[in-house]
Formats: sequence, C-alpha cells, structure tokens
Amino acid sequence: MSREAVLSIKSIETFYGPVMAVRGVSLEVRAGEIVAILGGNGAGKTTILKTVSGALEPRKGSVTFEGRDITGRYPDSIARAGMGHVPEGRELFPLLSVRENLEMGAFSRRDRGEISASMDLVYSYFPDLKPKTKVQAAYLSGGQQQMLAIGRSLMMKPRLMLLDEPSLGLSPLLVSEIFDILDRLNKEQGTAILLVEQNAHMALKVASCGCVMEAGRVVFEGDREKLLGSADIREFYLGRKSEGARGKRRWKQRKTWR
Amino acid sequence: MRVLFKQSYDQDIRIAKHRGHLIWYGLLLLSTLCAPLFVGSFYLGELSRVMILALAGLGLMFVTGFTGQVSLGHAAFVAAGAYANAWALSRGWPSLAAIPFAGFVSMLCGLAVAVPASRMSGIYLAIGTLAFAIIVEDGIIKLDGITGGNRGMAVEAPVFLGFRMWESWQLYYLCLFVLVACIFAVLNFMRSPVGRAMIAVRDSEVSARSLGVKVARTKIFAFAVSAAITGFAGALFSHYLQFISPEIFGVVLSIQLLLMIVVGGLGTVHGAIFGAALVGLLETGINLAKDYLPPGIGSQPGLEPLLFGIILVGFILFEPQGVYGRWVKIRSYFELFPLYRRKTFVRQRSYLKTDRMQ
Repeated sequence: MSREAVLSIKSIETFYGPVMAVRGVSLEVRAGEIVAILGGNGAGKTTILKTVSGALEPRKGSVTFEGRDITGRYPDSIARAGMGHVPEGRELFPLLSVRENLEMGAFSRRDRGEISASMDLVYSYFPDLKPKTKVQAAYLSGGQQQMLAIGRSLMMKPRLMLLDEPSLGLSPLLVSEIFDILDRLNKEQGTAILLVEQNAHMALKVASCGCVMEAGRVVFEGDREKLLGSADIREFYLGRKSEGARGKRRWKQRKTWR
Repeated sequence: MRVLFKQSYDQDIRIAKHRGHLIWYGLLLLSTLCAPLFVGSFYLGELSRVMILALAGLGLMFVTGFTGQVSLGHAAFVAAGAYANAWALSRGWPSLAAIPFAGFVSMLCGLAVAVPASRMSGIYLAIGTLAFAIIVEDGIIKLDGITGGNRGMAVEAPVFLGFRMWESWQLYYLCLFVLVACIFAVLNFMRSPVGRAMIAVRDSEVSARSLGVKVARTKIFAFAVSAAITGFAGALFSHYLQFISPEIFGVVLSIQLLLMIVVGGLGTVHGAIFGAALVGLLETGINLAKDYLPPGIGSQPGLEPLLFGIILVGFILFEPQGVYGRWVKIRSYFELFPLYRRKTFVRQRSYLKTDRMQ
C-alpha cells in the first residue's frame, strides 16, 4: 500500500471567527482509496472538507493536492484542479432540470465532445435518474437528489471526491444503495474518496481506512480492521455494547484517548 | 476585563446590562443635555438634523433591521408626518397634539401599506413600498388644498403651552426628547414577546409560524410602529426645514434612510444612531472641508456625492457589519483589555445563498 498520496493535509487549523473548529488535523488520502472521517456532531468533520475544497480558509497548516500546494486557494480553482466536493445538504440548483444540473457539473471541462459519455456513465451508475432527465431538481426525492449531487460532481471527472454525509436523511435501504454505488465508483473509476459520515457502520463497509474526530482533533486512526476491532469504536460509533463483568459498565471506564 | 455573573433570568432582558452601561449612557445623555451650553446654534441645528435622521432610521430599523422587511418607501412616512404636523399647527393645534397626530397619520399610512405588504417579501416588498412612496409623493401634489401642492407649505414653529419655540436650542431639546423616548420604546418592544416574534419572523418565517407566531400580524405591527416613529421624525423634520415641499420626500430620501441603517449596522438600535451620525456629519464635514480645498477642486460639482460614495464603498468593503461592527471591536478591546486578539473578528469565507424565486 505504498501508493502516492493524492491529498495530504498537514496540521490545519480552521476558525469560525473566534471559534477554533479544527485544531491541527493531518490526513492523507492515497490514490484509489476511500478514507472515512467519523465523529459526532460538531467534531469538525465538515469543516475539514470545506477547508480542503477551499470553501473555508485555514489559518495554519497546508493542503496539498497531487503534489501542488492548494492552501487558501479559491474553491473554483481547486475544483478545476480535479477535486469534486459534494456538500452537506446537496445544494442542487432547484430550478434546473436533472440534465442541466449534470451539465453544470461539467462546466469547467474543456473536452466538450466527451461530456455526453460522462453523462451516460452517471446514468449507468444512477439508473434512477434516467427517467427524470427533464424534471426540475426541486421535485426529486431526497435519495434522487443525493444521487444527482454525486452525479453532478462526477461530471467533472474528479480524481478525488469529497463527500459530506451522503447518508443524510435517507432511508437505510437507500443509504446502502448509495454506498454500494460509491464502492463501485471507487473500484471501477479509480476515484479516491474522502468521506465524512456519522453512519460509521456504513462508512467502514466501503472505506479502507479512516479516522475518528472529536472536538476538532483526530483521536483515533487506522485501517478498517483496526477501527472495526477497537472496543471504543464498536461501543461509541457502531453502537455495540460489550457486556461488563456485572452486565453494566463501570462509570470510570472511558474512551482510551481521553 | 469584565465578567458578567448572571444570577437571574431577568438579567438577560434588562436594558442596562451592568453598571458600565448606566454610567456611560448616562454620561452620553448628560453631555447631549448640556450641549446647548457649549455649542453654537449652527452646530446645534446640525445635531438636531442628525437626531431627526436617527429617529427616522430607528423607525426603518424597526421594520427592516428587526423584522427583516425591506422598505424603500419610508420617505412617504416622513412626508405624512411632516404634512400632518404642518397642517395641524396651521389649524392652531398645540404641538403636544400635533406631533402625536403626525405619528398617528403616519401610522395609518403604515397600516395601509402593511396589510398588502405582509404578503410580500424580499425584492417584491422593496418594489411595493417604493411604489407606495411614489403614490404618496404624487398624492401630496394633488391634495393642493391642504398641502399647497408643488408650491410647498410653510411650517409654523412648535407651540408648547402657548409658547412659540423659535430658537434652535428649543428644537434641539424637542428632538432629543422624542429620540430618547422612541429609543426606550423600541428597546422595550425588542425585549418583549412582540420583539422576539419580530426577530423570529426575520430569521425564519417557517420556524416562527410553526411556533405559533402570527407572521402577518407581526409584520403589520412592525410596519405600523415603524411608520409612527418615522412620522415623529417627519414632524420634527418639518420644524427643522420650516418649509416643506413634495420633492424633499422623494425616493432619494428613502434610499438615504436605508443606506444609513445599513452603514450603521443592520439589526441594532446602535446602528440607526451611528448611521445617522455618520451620514449626517459626513455631509456637514464635506461641506466644511470644501472651503479648505484649492478652489479648482473644491468648487467641482458632484464632489460631495463622490466622496460620500467612496466612504460608503469603503465601509461595505472593510466593515460590512457597519459602524456598529467597528464599535463592537473597540468595545471588546476594552472589555477584554489584555486578552483582545484581532483574529477574533477575522472573517471566514462565506458564500451567499440567494432567495430562490419559486
């Protein structure tokens, strides 16, 4: 597993005014890999994605994408460099049709001739969108909207996709469907994915490695086996209780990293 | 460094949050009360003008800053107040009746525009209120018998208990009294359930509605109170000008009022006062500075709007929170004294989400 790093984040710190949301996080995503960032609400997961894609500016640290320093660059230029950000809550263009939304995804591409091939590719991954081609995005269901958001990002042929909570507000069935598609995308297209999820169970099915964030810091990281095997992760993020000696946990027992 | 230790819920809605507020605002009030002793009548007149602008700004702030309903028609309420006051005085009413009457007439205008306006929002509301202002301006011209039409109308000096008040310091005290009274009224509205409802309507109409706030009624209330306050400002403005004619209350005045509260700092009472002080004193300052410029530059036409525009653009670029934003920074520098960090107020990137037309 000594593939080169597509994205490497070095000790970034991001602030919202006086509030320090990310307190020195370093991460690496290697080519063709899915990395999951797990953690509770307010841990700083979304802030990391926004900092990487340029929607926020880090006060310290650096972000390197494919060997080039992109720290503090604007989101449009980062997107043109080949990074697709699927934001939390989808952010589709509600008045445009599905097809027009996808075309907007290819906005920055120069190879006009191959756009329709990309669109066919998106429809092949998300067959549910095919019959809705001419429907306004506002009238899609939540699951279809999420698919459209991912598809729109795929249209720019990103080499790295940043996915922010793709499971948000979707039924369990749709969640697993979307994650299957993500897995296929990653395997077949070789797109590296940086995935932010609350649903650790689903995320760890597809991710090869991941990290757990709490209060702006990475508190635990490792490959899938290590994460799945850790008693703390099982307890706090996967929701499986390990029975103590008396059937009850001792109050003093805390997470290992605290 | 001040640390507020709150011991009761009442402390959250107290007008003066701590003794510092009492002392400093008390000093401010005292110095404004003493100003006529030290300041000449020209500057007293300028201060009166600033206070009148602040009063009109306060009225607009009530509906735009606190309730989120943009109004481009507040000149109409100023006009209604001014003409109602002038008419009442010409019929021999005392000012104690004429000024409340001006507020009342203006409030009726406010209600007339609020009932349809409560169904509008955003850019449509701005257009609707703009249309209203134009209608009022035309209406004043057509009501020749009462308003004197295009010829204008002379305004008699205010009368209190049979005494005519000709002097500029008397007008100054009148403006000061009305302004302070209205500020207290607004502060009290804002800490009552009605004020909370207004802020809820501004920030999320859906949430407000789902929590039982009557959105239309709240908007109508805000418009009516706003119009009344602006009407008071109009009455005082008519005394300041001593002669009113319809073109004074054109669209430019509406825009100036809106600009004033934006530059001052939208959504705060401070903002209305700061905005009026900045806009009012800037005009005076530019006029005074003109005398010291070389004649070739000083006598150029359009110099004032140019400088005015440059300063406003500067504000929007470097201090989008308005004068109030700068005030907060200065205040927190002193409050946190050894611990203040500039970076506390560094702005993070943000991307605008527009109102979607649906």
